[in-house]
Amino acid sequence: MYKIIKTEKLNDVIYSMWVKAPEVASSVQPGQFIILMISEKGERIPLTVADFNREKGLIRIVFQIVGKTSEELSTLEEGNKLFSFIGPLGRKTEIENYGKVITVGGGTGIACIHPIARALKNAGNEVTSIIGARNKNLIIMEEEIKKVSNQLIITTDDGSYGRKGFVTQALKEILGKDPKIKKVWTIGPPIMMKVTCATTKPYAVDTIVSLNSIMVDGTGMCGSCRVTIGGETKLACTDGPEFDGQLVDWVEFSNRLTRYKESENKSWDKYKVYQHECKCGRKEN
Amino acid sequence: MAQMIPPKEKMKREPVSMPEQDPKERSHNFKEVPLGYTREQAIYEAQRCLQCKNAKCMKGCPAEINIPKFIEKIVEEDFAGAYLEILKTDDLPAITGRVCPQEEQCQQVCILEKQKKPIAIGRLERFVADWARENNIHGSLPKVSKKEQKVAIVGSGPAGLTCAADLAKLGYEVTIFEALHQPGGVLVYGIPEFRLPKSIVKYEVKEIEKLGVKVITNFVVGATRSVDELTREFDAIFLANGAGAPRFMNIPGENLNDVYSANEFLTRSNLMKAYAFPEYDTPIKIGKRAATIGAGNVAMDSARTALRLGAEKSHIIYRRSRKEVPARAEEVHHAEEEGIIFNFLTLPVKVLGDDKGNVIGMECLKMELGEPDDSGRRRPIPIPGSNFIIEVDMVIDAIGTSANPIVARSATGVKINQWGYFIIDDKTSATTKEGIFAGGDIVRGSATVISAVGDGKIAARAVDEFLSSGKSLRKSK
Repeated sequence: MYKIIKTEKLNDVIYSMWVKAPEVASSVQPGQFIILMISEKGERIPLTVADFNREKGLIRIVFQIVGKTSEELSTLEEGNKLFSFIGPLGRKTEIENYGKVITVGGGTGIACIHPIARALKNAGNEVTSIIGARNKNLIIMEEEIKKVSNQLIITTDDGSYGRKGFVTQALKEILGKDPKIKKVWTIGPPIMMKVTCATTKPYAVDTIVSLNSIMVDGTGMCGSCRVTIGGETKLACTDGPEFDGQLVDWVEFSNRLTRYKESENKSWDKYKVYQHECKCGRKEN
Repeated sequence: MAQMIPPKEKMKREPVSMPEQDPKERSHNFKEVPLGYTREQAIYEAQRCLQCKNAKCMKGCPAEINIPKFIEKIVEEDFAGAYLEILKTDDLPAITGRVCPQEEQCQQVCILEKQKKPIAIGRLERFVADWARENNIHGSLPKVSKKEQKVAIVGSGPAGLTCAADLAKLGYEVTIFEALHQPGGVLVYGIPEFRLPKSIVKYEVKEIEKLGVKVITNFVVGATRSVDELTREFDAIFLANGAGAPRFMNIPGENLNDVYSANEFLTRSNLMKAYAFPEYDTPIKIGKRAATIGAGNVAMDSARTALRLGAEKSHIIYRRSRKEVPARAEEVHHAEEEGIIFNFLTLPVKVLGDDKGNVIGMECLKMELGEPDDSGRRRPIPIPGSNFIIEVDMVIDAIGTSANPIVARSATGVKINQWGYFIIDDKTSATTKEGIFAGGDIVRGSATVISAVGDGKIAARAVDEFLSSGKSLRKSK
């Protein structure tokens, strides 16, 4: 069992949690993910690591409520325990001193970008981070990202904070001005990553994406997370999760993310009804 | 006292068949298919055993069970004694009693096989193990003094569990590392509940833990720690991490939403209990018409699982003919009884989908059999222009597995062959690095539970020999 040490509500839908998992914390690297189960009857969900503390044996995860499991996870409190917490899984980010690099984060992808930007900066890169959301309320981890970047640009769709517009507009502006940008990392909703890749393509800048496919074991056994990269089938869990964004078959990737939509909704609805009826003292969100 | 029956009388008796759940009923539930012998049935069947002096059955048993002896105990109605006899060499009797292909092993060499009436050794083994479990009979704890040396076992499937039990009985401190959240490996993620109830696996794993074996779940060797790191903490290592990665046909449309590997389909249903969704959170596709590609045991398990989940039609698509089907005869028989549709001499060439990625059909070619190929079986040859479409809305690839590289990648000096499986000395299961041994499917490819059990036993002996000679992985640094 894995104890939850600290929880934090980052906004209406996104939560942060530090979990005691010394074995994972001692070997985790930026870009890797974990798989957790809330209870024995729970599903296994992959989450990219948002931060870690090796000395204290802690892993930070950041998640958005998108269904039953994430909603249930959001109700857990400090001192509660998770049934399963496995990792670190996947290949680590290839960190080198590239020179000038950009990290682009959207939604919970901002959290995934965090350890990557930090490692890139520590390796001597000049890191520009662009983080975006629909509105001010949805921007997360601004201070943390600022600390690990040389420059931070914030965009909101409605202009309620930072620049008005999408992350890709800010990205295009920098790429247009600065030919020395060597590499871009982008993590966020599939559509954001896809559009980011389209934005960088004319500039021929290497663009790395992190694919959060549906997984079961996360160790290369089941093949649930297969993605087509440059015409070849790869597993996001063991070949990824990071891939060259220009080679990703985005239509297939997005389709496969909807594989269980119907069941997921059914499970979520049932959970909501249960929460509503039982009034068992769990806090309402 | 046991009833003495003259050999002639024994020979006359017909084997006792095992009662089974009705096919119509069972094809809609996940309860076990064979119901097990009653006490009377077991004794009657056991009495048929001729108690051969030179018992050939024992040579056919990779688990090295003293078969005539445990059967004799059944005749004497000493079921506890029979159980303890089996436990001397096999710590997974309720499991092997269910899933071993006895007809190819002990029962194939039974002297009564000549009359097509071999003793139902597997059924008797199952009876004894179930009886012991229900009557709270346990094996005794090892009486040897504890040894200092520590052994790490990677994977808690049949090979790992067997090796662990044997080494614990010799006094070694054994730790099993399991990547998933539950021990058992293929016994929990692969084999369906209706063939092997998970409560039984749980029970036999617990019994092995009682011998002093420590099982650490949620620990991915190759990710959480490398094999190299384990060599610093353990005196010897046995790698039994299983077959691993799924194989696909590499035909167009195979990444459509409703195309599964058998590994994923069965893991969702068995390990994650998706058949009990939404009580359990893991979902699974319930197709109206399912096509399973392949005709091995895993394919039978997949097709029968699809049926139980609610598929109206569940097909087995196989490119060769009925004669070449690699699955156990019993599994094929059960599948047929339940209404699985077999499409022989059929080769899928394309999975068809709609614009949302849903499967709407599968294009296939008709095959004919040509000259024998390297495997000695007649080679299936596509008939040009014979393309036709099978209407299905889900596809399960059950065409085998390939080696998962994550353990091997983290093991310096442990060589693999061109397919990614560990290279070992067959007699000792030693890998190319001294002190590291390997067995089960990560050596053999996809094989059987009992061959993994056999590998675990061979490895345990080799590990004991290695450590008894004063050697250690830690000292070799």
